[in-house]
Amino acid sequence: MAFLAYFLRRLSLVIPTLIGVTVITFTLTYVLPGNPAVVKAGPLVSPEVVKELEKEMGLDQPAWVQYGRYISGVLHGDLGQSHSTGRPVLQDFRQRLPATLELTLASLLIALVLGIPLGVQSAVHRDTAIDHIGRIVGVAGVAMPTFWTGLLGLYVFFYMLGVAPPPLGRLGAGIEPPAAITGLYVVDSLLTANWTALGSALHQLMLPALTLGLSVMAPIARMVRSTMLEILESDYIKAAWAAGIPRRRVIYGDALANAMIPVVTILGIVFGFLMAGNAVVESVFAWPGIGNYAIASLMTKDSGPIQSFVLFVALLYVIVNFVIDILYGLIDPRIRLE
Amino acid sequence: MADIAIAPTSTALRLVWRRLRRNWVSAVALSLIVVTAVAAALAGWVAPYEPDATDAAAALQAPALHHWLGTDIYGRDLLSRIIHAGRVDLAVAFGATALALAIGCSIGVVAGLYRGLVDLAIMRCVDSIMAFPAFILAMAITAALGNSVGNVLIAIALTQIPNYLRLIRGEIFRIRELEYADAARVVGNPAWRIMFVHLLPNALPPIIVQATLAMGYALLTMAALSFIGLGIQPPQSEWGSMTAEGAQYIVTGEWWLFLFPGLAIVLMVLSFNLIGDSLRDFLDPRMRGVR
Amino acid sequence: MTAVLEVRDVSVRFATDFGEVDAVDGASFEVREGEILGLVGESGSGKSVTATAILRLIRKPGRLAGGSIVLGGRDLARLDEEELQKIRGTEIAMISQTPRTALNPLITVGQQVARLFTLHAGLPRAEARRRAIEMLAMVGIPEPERRARQYAHQFSGGMCQRVMIAMALAASPRLLIADEPTTGLDVSTAARILDLLRELGARTGASILLITHDLGVVATTCQRVAVMHAGQVVEVAPVRSLFRHPAHPYTRALVRSIPRVDRASVMEPVPGSVPSLLNAPAGCRYAGRCPWVEDRCRREKPAMTAVAPEHFVACFAVEDGRAPAV
Repeated sequence: MAFLAYFLRRLSLVIPTLIGVTVITFTLTYVLPGNPAVVKAGPLVSPEVVKELEKEMGLDQPAWVQYGRYISGVLHGDLGQSHSTGRPVLQDFRQRLPATLELTLASLLIALVLGIPLGVQSAVHRDTAIDHIGRIVGVAGVAMPTFWTGLLGLYVFFYMLGVAPPPLGRLGAGIEPPAAITGLYVVDSLLTANWTALGSALHQLMLPALTLGLSVMAPIARMVRSTMLEILESDYIKAAWAAGIPRRRVIYGDALANAMIPVVTILGIVFGFLMAGNAVVESVFAWPGIGNYAIASLMTKDSGPIQSFVLFVALLYVIVNFVIDILYGLIDPRIRLE
Repeated sequence: MADIAIAPTSTALRLVWRRLRRNWVSAVALSLIVVTAVAAALAGWVAPYEPDATDAAAALQAPALHHWLGTDIYGRDLLSRIIHAGRVDLAVAFGATALALAIGCSIGVVAGLYRGLVDLAIMRCVDSIMAFPAFILAMAITAALGNSVGNVLIAIALTQIPNYLRLIRGEIFRIRELEYADAARVVGNPAWRIMFVHLLPNALPPIIVQATLAMGYALLTMAALSFIGLGIQPPQSEWGSMTAEGAQYIVTGEWWLFLFPGLAIVLMVLSFNLIGDSLRDFLDPRMRGVR
Repeated sequence: MTAVLEVRDVSVRFATDFGEVDAVDGASFEVREGEILGLVGESGSGKSVTATAILRLIRKPGRLAGGSIVLGGRDLARLDEEELQKIRGTEIAMISQTPRTALNPLITVGQQVARLFTLHAGLPRAEARRRAIEMLAMVGIPEPERRARQYAHQFSGGMCQRVMIAMALAASPRLLIADEPTTGLDVSTAARILDLLRELGARTGASILLITHDLGVVATTCQRVAVMHAGQVVEVAPVRSLFRHPAHPYTRALVRSIPRVDRASVMEPVPGSVPSLLNAPAGCRYAGRCPWVEDRCRREKPAMTAVAPEHFVACFAVEDGRAPAV
């Protein structure tokens, strides 16, 4: 019962934020210099036709009416047209979303698999060489731009060592994508036992996922470290020592389990970093995702994709954070049971 | 008659020396920033070559005696270009941070003082702004406002405003709580006077820390935006755009063209972060609760 | 009576930026079979540090700087971590002054007690669970079946302390260290917890080292008491003897400072304050506050001598007869 109240309370906070997000995205579109009707109509058209187009697009209406049209458009899946691809933005998105999803998930996995143990070891071996190295790596890592580490990775692993493939996309040249079940090539090729596709997909995914994953590893490791340090000083851990529970059990059982709860809360922020870094990494590695799509359309001043991309990312961010909040409430018995 | 242990002078000196030794990193970081800023400002005098001076004969040379960081395809000296480019980077980083600080604190004070509906409205707006990953928002704002350095500065500043806003607002709320318990009010001091007497010394340290760290962040954002082509228009050069230019040479092995501009970014951001971290360690325990 | 625990000349030091702090200096006392020994002293007198030292849980920057801790014939100061781990929880157990936070918030109370049975007694899950519920009932938790499925935050402070006691006694230890078990509990709950400790001690035959700053607790619950001041044990005596004839100047001041409700009296605080333990003085640490202090007191540390059967004091003034008999 108390959990329901928690859920509803969280929900009531999320809804105004979602609305606010759409307002901001709309304002950005609205503020755009230039006349969308002119852009759509092209340069060779007479002023009267432009005026007709304006009426049709509702550009002569007051701001809030246009906002209404915008919202209803979004809700119906109308995100405008892309001038470069000539297709509806929504369609382009759907085609490119799996690529971004795959990259994001792979990066998150790498960040967690590397970051959590690093944080734990740093905390357990506090102020020793391991800890200092870990912290230096963390501090340095945060200062490195993702595009730079990506390029560095390309230079070292592709040019110098030849272990990474040229940045040509999700699959090597001539490899057919596996049967589409989830849209994630790695998963799909596993499910269909398509080993050539699996190998190629992993090979292509390796460097971009590593780049993006390492960029968010540092905050995770740092959070795990500081949380573990706090927890290792807590009364119940001290009581566990005193009760003779073996050291490994205490650290990797009790302490770690308790540490995971605050870590879950930063997963939302980590997700935000991932989405932001995604765009840049996709750009560096020519990864055919929605980030790359948005950036490419920036150059052609194609506003539809950019604003839709931004809206999408923000909405996703809010929803992910909301889901994490709820998950947090489920995991922590102190919240779950009044 | 308290018998407090006052460390004798020799121990105090030992303590100071230990602190200094631990903080040599920040000292180095600070010097690095100062040196870079001065070099950038005095670029014309400091740089060994003119940034735009082409020299076909010296094209695509690896780092060597004549060109410490190598040359690009037009024979332009990379070191000189980096020094000159630093102006834009540092100017935007500083400018965006200053702007965000000024606006954020002002609005934060309004939210804190007026409370009620005004505060609610402001905080809902802040929540919505913070729902966007900062880089994505900066990207969208720049795209909306137009592709120029000035707009990039504004865009970055806008994404940073919520941080200062919440800091100041938080402090004001905290002082309000104290105010009610504070005897000063009973004695007759006007509310706003108490507010400012308490506000500044308590709010300043976290703001200083935040601003320092934010400068590193602003620099990263600026570089990333110009990497993807926003803000910087050629022939202007900036560390991020230089890295983008250098990227195409990776496949042909001219590594210095992307490495050094990026390295400049890394060193600057690292310095800001290190200083910010040690400022935080230094200021927090001392200033918290000090009247 | 045989001693379950013999603490001989134990010292604990902490390294700080300013120098070494002698938190405990040559503490000696023993806990006998089946008794409740009180360890009393002001805040900062080293009582909790002593308890932590007995369990060999002192961690950097602290260290056990000397002495022996003999439990059942074995010197804990000489054992390695693996052997100590086997002893903790099984032969010695501890309960702390923060029962609420001493319980893992993520595991049910029942699971926390049960896993100790699994760990120490090797019992299978179902059996361990059964014993856990039995234990909860024994410490006086109503509806133990239902309560075992709940989490720490759903228990009151007094209940949490009972759970701690249940966990501590799970493996039937020979010695239970209770570190200020009633701090943070209201008076009536505290009284009930003390009653529980007394009862369980008698029932299981466990000896209890009861650490407290409250002389009232000592008077009602302990048989013998050791008094600590600034890291030094200054007096050990049966409770009656201590209150009727306090020997050490510090103990006298302590006893005198207890407010009386039966007659009008002036409140007499203990004069002065605890000396700094940083690079502490060599001799008796009460020297700065003592009315009978001599030069010798500042240079030499007095040894424990008997002033009455079972009543020991470390004080030159008492030895030399300068302090009047009480």
